[in-house]
Amino acid sequence: MSEKPKLAVYWAASCGGCEIAVVNMHEKLLDVDAALDFMFCPCLMDTKTKDIEALPDRAISVTLFNGALRTQENVEMAHLLRRKSQILVAFGSCAREGCIPALANFTTKEDLLSAVYLDNLSVENPDAIIPSGTTAFPEGEIHLPALLGRVKHLAQEVEVDYYIPGCPPESHQIWNVIETILSGELPPKGSTIGCGNLTVCDDCDRTKEDKRITAFRRNYEFYPEPKACLLEQGLLCMGIATRNGCGAPCTKANMPCTGCYGAPDGISDQGAKMVAALGSIMDIGDTTGLSEEAIAGRVDAFLKTIPDYAGLFYKYTLASSTLGGNINPPQSPLIRGEVFCSSPDKAGRG
Amino acid sequence: MTTRITIDPITRLEGHGRIDIFLNDQGAVENACFQIPELRGFEQFCVGRMAEEMPVITNRICGVCPEAHHIAASKALDGVFGAEPTPAAKKLRELLYMTFFVTDHTTHFYALGGPDFIVGPDAPPSERNILGVARKVGLEVAGDVIACRKRNHEIITFLGGKSIHPVAGVPGGWSRAITTEERTQIEDAARKNIEFARFSLALFEKIVLKNPAYLEMVTSDTYLHRTYSMGTVDAYNRTNFYDGLIRVVDPEGKEFVKYHPSEYREHIAERVESWTYLKYPYLKKVGWKGLTDGMESGIYTATPLSRLNVSEGLATPLANAEYQRMYETFGCKKITDARYEPIHHRMATHWARLIELLYAAERMLELALDPEITSPETRNIPDPARFAGEGIGSVEAPRGTLTHHYVTDERGVLTKVNMIVGTTNNYAPISMSIKRAAEKLITSAAPEEAVLNRIEMAFRLYDPCFSCATHFLPGKMPLTVSLRDSQGGLLREMRRKA
Repeated sequence: MSEKPKLAVYWAASCGGCEIAVVNMHEKLLDVDAALDFMFCPCLMDTKTKDIEALPDRAISVTLFNGALRTQENVEMAHLLRRKSQILVAFGSCAREGCIPALANFTTKEDLLSAVYLDNLSVENPDAIIPSGTTAFPEGEIHLPALLGRVKHLAQEVEVDYYIPGCPPESHQIWNVIETILSGELPPKGSTIGCGNLTVCDDCDRTKEDKRITAFRRNYEFYPEPKACLLEQGLLCMGIATRNGCGAPCTKANMPCTGCYGAPDGISDQGAKMVAALGSIMDIGDTTGLSEEAIAGRVDAFLKTIPDYAGLFYKYTLASSTLGGNINPPQSPLIRGEVFCSSPDKAGRG
Repeated sequence: MTTRITIDPITRLEGHGRIDIFLNDQGAVENACFQIPELRGFEQFCVGRMAEEMPVITNRICGVCPEAHHIAASKALDGVFGAEPTPAAKKLRELLYMTFFVTDHTTHFYALGGPDFIVGPDAPPSERNILGVARKVGLEVAGDVIACRKRNHEIITFLGGKSIHPVAGVPGGWSRAITTEERTQIEDAARKNIEFARFSLALFEKIVLKNPAYLEMVTSDTYLHRTYSMGTVDAYNRTNFYDGLIRVVDPEGKEFVKYHPSEYREHIAERVESWTYLKYPYLKKVGWKGLTDGMESGIYTATPLSRLNVSEGLATPLANAEYQRMYETFGCKKITDARYEPIHHRMATHWARLIELLYAAERMLELALDPEITSPETRNIPDPARFAGEGIGSVEAPRGTLTHHYVTDERGVLTKVNMIVGTTNNYAPISMSIKRAAEKLITSAAPEEAVLNRIEMAFRLYDPCFSCATHFLPGKMPLTVSLRDSQGGLLREMRRKA
């Protein structure tokens, strides 16, 4: 029996990128292995569910929980690991705020199943089978775990002690967190760790000139100038509304920040933060003497170039956002990105 | 009384996997269900998104092979926006992709699949891992594996813009050029990769091929299924991971069809079963005949081995020599000037993967030495007049042919998304291999550990996407097999702990 503190890593609805980020600590991984007892391996969870159940409560020192909650089974594992862990960490964007899997919350579970199994370009499904429930074979039954109605993040089910942002968290930041854990000098419960307290703009070496912009542009439309702020060139770079800690690698590659580290410190809604930031950078021209309708028309014209603000601004945070879950019927104006349209008559435009 | 065996989980495609095997009164396998109990549904929630976001969104299908999704998505966008990438852009994309292939195949051989051979199929599980490999062949090997992953991930980071989930793919090209210093670093890494690949093949030779017991395991019919083989080929019908036509050969090795990836719907269909979230792809023109192999069954395989089965030799010299050696070791006859009869022994997939590792390293060096690789001309800006609104992108992912298909409205907003991913192609072959392993498990009075490992090896040879777990910490592959009666009562449980 190892005397070292027990470390568990579990994945729910996720891609495995968080695990690869751990592996990409490279030789540091050996230090981690020397200091901690990895008693629980991420992908092979269920096999040892019974082993975890058999542990005394709080037997695991730290659990790094990655992945969103998509199935009932994910939820059960979240509760089990909460009970067995002294420290439960929402590790990575999926566990922290839903991430890409939570984009499914724009519509419904029924739409999702239909797109995959019925209204799909390569399925041959004459009997319109949708996988679900219990299937009877001559020899016995097979049960399929049900999907939840909407994707949740970890703290929507259980109490979370710490949050590590990023899709995935950068490997050097994971190492920082492990050093912190080993030092025993843990920050206040509920803290977001393994990151900075500013925005990606603070890490980005592009030059900001407090320019205002006359149009939003899509990333394929032009080759951005290599030294200037991407937002000030009209790209919807999320750096201004995103927590730092990644080192701004995307803007170094001439691509806008997509926001994977989530909202900055003290901000609960990343998309709302981005909208607020845009208000101060949009230049709709001189509005002196214009009617309210005319001004609204200019704003509409400005906003029209981008057809999916919701998907851009809440790409990683839909499950935790004030937009919440699948409150919208399929094909609502929201998924068309017109959530910001100011004129009521545009609300139904498809 | 029917006996039921449950293996839960085998993990992972998108998280988990589970097997139920049903036996009849005589103890023979009647049915085997390999269930994937999770679904995220990218086909649905990508609808409504702006198409140019897809290289970043679809990365998140798989954090082990985001590069494959990123490149396939970028190629699909070339089609949507009617923007042909510049020659340098194509080379940069392929260069990133070869770098990724080296790390991915390396990890599989040393951390996942290889330990079964290097340490041995009957070794204690605690030894069948990278640390066991280190003890068997020397501690420096573990260091070499870490160094190989590290140097290639550094290149992926600057070339793709992010170490995991790259961002540089755009319609018509690549968002950044490389500097001459970066090129030198890549050339240096590629040379080391070639040496590392040759070392790995020599290790395989020494430990597996020179050991009669292992060689017998590789060449026996325990893991043999005669399916169709699929892979992407260049203009000379040689394997290419980045681009080309999809070639399918029948179980005898005759070319069945060769098609452009954009025609995939004429050739591939997917079957839905009520008890699993994963779909079963099959060759449409042969048809679905259930989980059975042979000429009449539309089941095909898309793996390193199947890629070599469809290829007229390999395009780089060292890898081509290894290619020939593998087929001649199996006693395959040549059926064209360069190609041999297909190998259907699934265990040879491990060998084929190492040959691909060498090819990827050699191709990486070729690209690093290409004078155009440092060209600043990395993008063609799409011309709105050429906007097509539909695109299909395909690459060979490490685990099989990967296809992305997007349809958009006139604003480039997605209205329809479809993907057939690497491991999914092999759902039926993996299921068959499970059934075969189950047959062996039941008919032989094998000791428990050997039973577990044989099932595990049937999986591992495909390197299905649950591999990343074992990438994480080597050898911690806990597995439970429960034998239940028809009422669900537990008859016996075999368990191997991490």
